[in-house]
Amino acid sequence: MAKMSIAEALRSAIAEEMRRDERIFCIGEDIDIEGGFGGAFTVTLGLSKEFGHDRILDTPISEIMIAGAAVGAAMTGMRPIADVQYGDFLFCMMDQLVNQAAKMTYMSGGAVKVPMVMRAPIGATTRGAQHAQSLEGFFTKVPGLKVICPATAYDAKGMLKTAVRDDSPVLMFEHKLLYGSKGNRAEKDALSPIGEVPDEDYTIPFGEAVIRREGTDVTVVANLLMQYKALEAAKVLEAEGISVEVIDPRSLVPFDYAMVVKSIAKTSRLVIVEEDTKRNGWGAEVAATIAETAIYHLDAPIVRVATFDVPIPFAPIMENYVVPSAQRIADEIRALMKK
Amino acid sequence: MKIKPLPPLTEALGMYEKVRLIRRYEERIYYLFLEGVMPGTIHQSHGQEACAVGMLNHLGVEDYMTSTHRPAGHCLAKGVDLNAMMAEMFAKTTGCCKAYGGAMHTGDLAVGAVPAIAIVGGGMPLAVGIGLSCKMRKTQNVVVCFFGDGASNEGAFHESLNAASIWDLPVVFACENNLYGASTPVGKVMKVLNVADRAAAYGMPGMIVDGNDVFAVQVAADEAVARARGGGGPTLVELKTYRIGGHSRNDACGYRPKEEAAKWLKREPVKIARERILETYPKAAAQLDDCDQRVEAQLDAAIAFAKASPDPKPEDGLKHVYFGGN
Ligand SMILES: Cc1ncc(C[n+]2csc(CCOP(=O)(O)OP(=O)(O)O)c2C)c(N)n1
Ligand SMILES: [Mg+2]
Repeated sequence: MAKMSIAEALRSAIAEEMRRDERIFCIGEDIDIEGGFGGAFTVTLGLSKEFGHDRILDTPISEIMIAGAAVGAAMTGMRPIADVQYGDFLFCMMDQLVNQAAKMTYMSGGAVKVPMVMRAPIGATTRGAQHAQSLEGFFTKVPGLKVICPATAYDAKGMLKTAVRDDSPVLMFEHKLLYGSKGNRAEKDALSPIGEVPDEDYTIPFGEAVIRREGTDVTVVANLLMQYKALEAAKVLEAEGISVEVIDPRSLVPFDYAMVVKSIAKTSRLVIVEEDTKRNGWGAEVAATIAETAIYHLDAPIVRVATFDVPIPFAPIMENYVVPSAQRIADEIRALMKK
Repeated sequence: MKIKPLPPLTEALGMYEKVRLIRRYEERIYYLFLEGVMPGTIHQSHGQEACAVGMLNHLGVEDYMTSTHRPAGHCLAKGVDLNAMMAEMFAKTTGCCKAYGGAMHTGDLAVGAVPAIAIVGGGMPLAVGIGLSCKMRKTQNVVVCFFGDGASNEGAFHESLNAASIWDLPVVFACENNLYGASTPVGKVMKVLNVADRAAAYGMPGMIVDGNDVFAVQVAADEAVARARGGGGPTLVELKTYRIGGHSRNDACGYRPKEEAAKWLKREPVKIARERILETYPKAAAQLDDCDQRVEAQLDAAIAFAKASPDPKPEDGLKHVYFGGN
């Protein structure tokens, strides 16, 4: 076992996979220029030393090309890991991701595989509206894409390995405040959880949620940073006699409905917390599916706690208000317990 | 190119003062940022002051400018209120974007400064639209579109230049080639030597200009703007320049050779402007010093104004777009 940050766990997953399979390569902006950043959050820092610049490919600032080159290479025998510096730039790549990557296997009647990984940092960090969005809901909407969102070092490493070995395109969301980036790229007010990671090779199947905290009164499903905020809220509520179960879905497509249903069968209350905006989010999908399939377990309405339906404002005072806080989550749970 | 004589002394001093203002604005922001009193991140424009001032000095308020993630120089040169810019950095309601935008979206459309666009290349299609609008509304106005060397590798650059060219739009594309896109040296990501070489592909003139000499930039800008205003279509002006600071907040620039940085620092815009003014107007030293003092006083006042300004209320975050109350 080794203790590492999420950035380190991702880096070691990439290195181990690249050693194992020479079809794997990384492609992105500023990912390992000498003396540079190693990607916006240091994940690929230093990898070119071992793998060279042919496999750690620094690109021009050309997002359409990055995504499309990953698709094309993946279709023809390579296994690219592409990244964007901020998730917001996925919008520049939308055609390649949604019309090409997601549909190629289907349009070819299954003949063409697209084994690519697209990594994207998300989350509000006082950088204003164009460097802040949580984007899960845009992509869980797209048939043909798998969408994952690991929030611990263990999950980050194991799920990135699964993603690399998967024959379909996988979009991996990572949270800026969870990486544990160091030095000049350190994030103010970051949470940076350090986690235990096994030394031996392991993978984590998609579609398996985990219970981060057991409880009996209410089930909270929360991903990425919101999972940590939910755990914070759970701690506060414990002192008030409310027992909160916190589930981290880890992957959104596929989604582990079985674990959520099992949990609400025990708690009979469900809260979904996401940093993505509320309207048509993945939380809405989970709420709808639970309502369709398991509403009889519930004693009260499903509650969604999400970012209010506005762009992310610059001022921290406003940002902290529109993005869910531990306090807002706790307030919503208290109100739900009275229903 | 033959070196053109300087503008009259008052104008030259005015240009120097703006260059100096941008320099000191960025330097003071840098320290305020390090103190931790400013939220967010910063991408600073010191070293590139002459590009902003030279390109925009002769524009009117009714002309437009689009900017990037590195907008302070452009905005100060276009006439965005200094106090309002500083207040935006402090996330105050008196800010030019009322604390909604932040450093990367600085601007004020009332003076033709389109709120800056932090998506690399993202401002370029907008500049086409603004040029189109100027033409359709039969105004005589032009738009200066700033972007970096890095942005010229985005699809948006190519689509925008082509469209502006076929429609003879009043757009001046101003590329600040500071030799790097973030940590990436331009030679690694472009086979042509100059961004201006790409102009030929779109049938428009390309100009290469010393972007650290505010007076040289203004000469080039005059020519490109006159062409745009006169219905002659767009120009791609490449301004060769260099960042004094890092790409963003605390960047130690480990990817830039020390000798390269030292060489450029010897030719930095404040120094060049000062030297050129003194060459033509040898008795102007005291006036130049007055400019420096005025700048400092203005900045002191702006920082005091920003600090004393009110914070937004949390619920203000729900204004300005349809929210729906959910
Ligand atoms: C579409 C997009 N891709 C990447 C980025 C991240 N990024 C911000 S600035 C920058 C470098 C831009 O280089 P250049 O255009 O030369 O402008 P400079 O920073 O040198 O002023 C990058 C890669 C971004 N903001 N938008
Ligand atoms: Mg540049």
